[in-house]
Amino acid sequence: MSTIHLDYLDRLEAEAIHILREVAGQFERPALLFSGGKDSIALTRLAEKAFRPGKFPFPLVHIDTGHNFPEVLAFRDQLAASLGEKLIVRSVEDTIKQRGLREPGGKFPSRNPLQTYTLLDVIEEFEFDACIGGARRDEEKARAKERIFSVRDEFGQWDPRRQRPELWNIYNGRIQKGENVRVFPISNWTELDVWNYIQREKIELPNIYFAHERTCVVLPSGQLLGLTEHLRLDDTDEIVSRRVRFRTVGDSTCTAAVESEADTVDDIILDLLQAKVSERGATRLDDTISETGMEDRKRNGYF
Amino acid sequence: MDLLRFITCGSVDDGKSTLIGRLLYDSDSVSLDVLATLEKRQTSTGNVDLALLTDGLKAEREQGITIDVAHKYFTTPRRKFIITDAPGHVQYTRNMVTGASNADLAIVLVDARQGVVEQTRRHTLVAALLGIRHFVLAVNKMDLVGHDEAVFQQIVADYAAIADHLKLPHIVAIPVSALHGDNIVKRSRKLSWYKGPSLLEHLESVPSTADANPHEPRFQVQYVIRPQTEELHDYRGYAGRIQSGTYRKGDRVKILPSGLESVIEALEVSQQEVEAAVAPQAVVIRLRDDVDVSRGDSIVVADHAPTTTRNLEATLCWMDERPLQPGRKLLVQHHSAVVKASVSAILSKTNIQTYAHSAAESAQLNDIVRVQIKTAVPIVADSYHNNRTAGAFILVDELTGDTLAAGLIESS
Repeated sequence: MSTIHLDYLDRLEAEAIHILREVAGQFERPALLFSGGKDSIALTRLAEKAFRPGKFPFPLVHIDTGHNFPEVLAFRDQLAASLGEKLIVRSVEDTIKQRGLREPGGKFPSRNPLQTYTLLDVIEEFEFDACIGGARRDEEKARAKERIFSVRDEFGQWDPRRQRPELWNIYNGRIQKGENVRVFPISNWTELDVWNYIQREKIELPNIYFAHERTCVVLPSGQLLGLTEHLRLDDTDEIVSRRVRFRTVGDSTCTAAVESEADTVDDIILDLLQAKVSERGATRLDDTISETGMEDRKRNGYF
Repeated sequence: MDLLRFITCGSVDDGKSTLIGRLLYDSDSVSLDVLATLEKRQTSTGNVDLALLTDGLKAEREQGITIDVAHKYFTTPRRKFIITDAPGHVQYTRNMVTGASNADLAIVLVDARQGVVEQTRRHTLVAALLGIRHFVLAVNKMDLVGHDEAVFQQIVADYAAIADHLKLPHIVAIPVSALHGDNIVKRSRKLSWYKGPSLLEHLESVPSTADANPHEPRFQVQYVIRPQTEELHDYRGYAGRIQSGTYRKGDRVKILPSGLESVIEALEVSQQEVEAAVAPQAVVIRLRDDVDVSRGDSIVVADHAPTTTRNLEATLCWMDERPLQPGRKLLVQHHSAVVKASVSAILSKTNIQTYAHSAAESAQLNDIVRVQIKTAVPIVADSYHNNRTAGAFILVDELTGDTLAAGLIESS
C-alpha cells in the first residue's frame, strides 16, 4: 500500500478544490468575488489547482468601494493579468451616482454597507448564478452559521432559518431563476490556515500585509487607521508615523492597521500564534457598531 | 498535525453551547475582543455566558437556544479541531444530521438531573446511522446533583443499553460541569472519584479515523478540463475528488455507468503528475483512450468495480415539512451525479425510542425510514456501511431545489 500522508492543510485544500469544481459543474454563470485581499488571492491559487491547464470557468469580479488602498488595486490588476483571467470591476462610486444613494456620514465613512447595492447590480447585469467568496467561518459569529453553498433569494437575502441542510460533501446548488448561491470554499479555514497556505505555496501578496512605515490616525480606541483622503479629520486628531501591517485589507476607512515588525510571512505566522485579538476585532470598525452588524448586513444581501 | 471533526448533540438545555464555549475558553482559544463583547452581556449572576460564543444568530440569543449548526475551530499543541455545534431542539433535527454527516466523533450530552431522554436516543441513533464510530457520553451539570457518582453510574448504565442496541464500538463516559469547567480541559477535584481523562485530553488522544482508508477505489468526475489551445489540443482531463482508496498511474479502469474500459495515462495533483493519489485528494485523471466520459460518471479500478443499479434500497432521514408519500418523483444527487428517481415504496420506519422497525405509509419530518428507490439511469451502488462517502446521497425537490432527505445506500 502507498503511504501518502495528508496533513490538515492538504485536506482543507482538497475540500476547497472540490467545492470550486462543484461550482463549475453545477452553475452556468459563476463569478469569483475578488478583493485583492489574502483570502481571495488564496482562492485564485486554489482555482489554478482546480482548473489548470484550462481557463477558470468564471471571471474575477471586484466591487471597488473607491476607498481601497492603491497598492491593493495595483496588485489586483497585476495578478489578473498574470493569471490571464478576465477581471470585471464595478464601482460603488457609480452605484451611488446612479441610484442617488447617500454617502455614509460620520468621521470614518465606511462604504461597506453600500457595497451590497453594487454587488446585487453586478449579479443582475451578468446574471451570475453563483458568487464564490473568500469568507471564513472563523471570522465572525454569523459567518460561523453559514453553509458552504448559501442560497440567496432574488433580493440577495440570506435567511438563516431556511438554510438547506448540507450533508457530507454533497453540495446542492439547484436554484430558481433570479436566485443565486454564495459559495465559500475556504469556510473551514482559519486566519492562521490561510497564512500557512500562503507560506507553503509561496503566494505573493500586496506589500500592505507586511510591516512598513505608514502615516496613521490614532483612534480613541487606540487603533491605528492608515491616513487617506477619505477620512474626515479634526484638528485635534493625532497623526503619527508607525511601523504597521494590515491583517485584512478592506475599506481603508474602516480597516485598522496593527503595529508590527513582521515583514515576512514567517514572522506574520509567529505574530499570529501569539495574537490575543481576533482578525476582525483588531481591524474592523464597522462590526463593532452593533452585535448583529454582520448578520443584519448578510440578511440584506451583503456577502 | 491531524484534524478531528466532532459534533455535540443532546437535548435542548443540556448545555451543548456552554460546553463548547467552556472548551474554547479554558483552552485559551477565545480572543480578547470576543471576550469583551461577552462581558458586556453578563448574566444576572455576573458570569460570562459562554453559550454566546456559538449562538451567533439574533434569534438564538433572544431565545437562548441553538437553531442552526455553528462551526468553531481551535487548535491545541496536539491536534486541530473542527467543532460542529448542532441544535438539540427536535424541530431542528435535520441540522443535527447535517453536522453528523461530516463528524468523526460525537459528544452526547446528558443533563445529570434528567438522565437519558428521547433526544439522547434520537441523536445517538442518527450519529450511529451516519457512521460515527467514537462517542463521548458527557454527563453534564454534575454540580447540580452534588457531584454524586451514583447518578453518573446510573446514566452510564442506561446509556449502555442504547450502545448495545446500536452496537456502538467506542464509548467513553465523562462526568462534567460545563458551567464551572469541571473535567472539560482540566480534571476536577470535585469529581475525584472519576479516574479517566478530561474531555479535552480524550479528544486529543482519540484515534483519528481520517487516515483510515480501507475502501475500494472510487472517483467521480466533477468537471472536464479541455483547454483546446494549440499546444494542448488533445488534452482532456477528468477533474474530481478521490472518494475512497488509492489510484495509480497505469491502473486499468472502468467508466460507470457505461462500462467502457481504459487505462490511467496520467494522474495530476496540483498541476503535477504523480504516480499515486489517495482519498480525499482532488485530482485530474487522463485516460489512454478517447472514451465518452462526463460529469457524474465514476471512474473505478476495473478489478474492484462496484455494481450499478436502478433499484436501490436506502435509509432516509426525511427533512422536509411536507411528508414523503410513496410514488413521489424527485432527484437523487449522488455527489456529482444527478438522476431522476422515484421512491417506489416505504419499507419500514424506525421507532426512535425502541429502535424497532414498523410498517409505514409515509415519512414525516425527522423520520428515519427504509425505502425502495427507482432511478432513471443506473448509479454506483456502494453501501454506506462499507463506504461512508460513496454510499451517501441526497434527495432534491426538482421544482423548489430544496434538499429533502439524507440518503444512505443499504443494498441494491
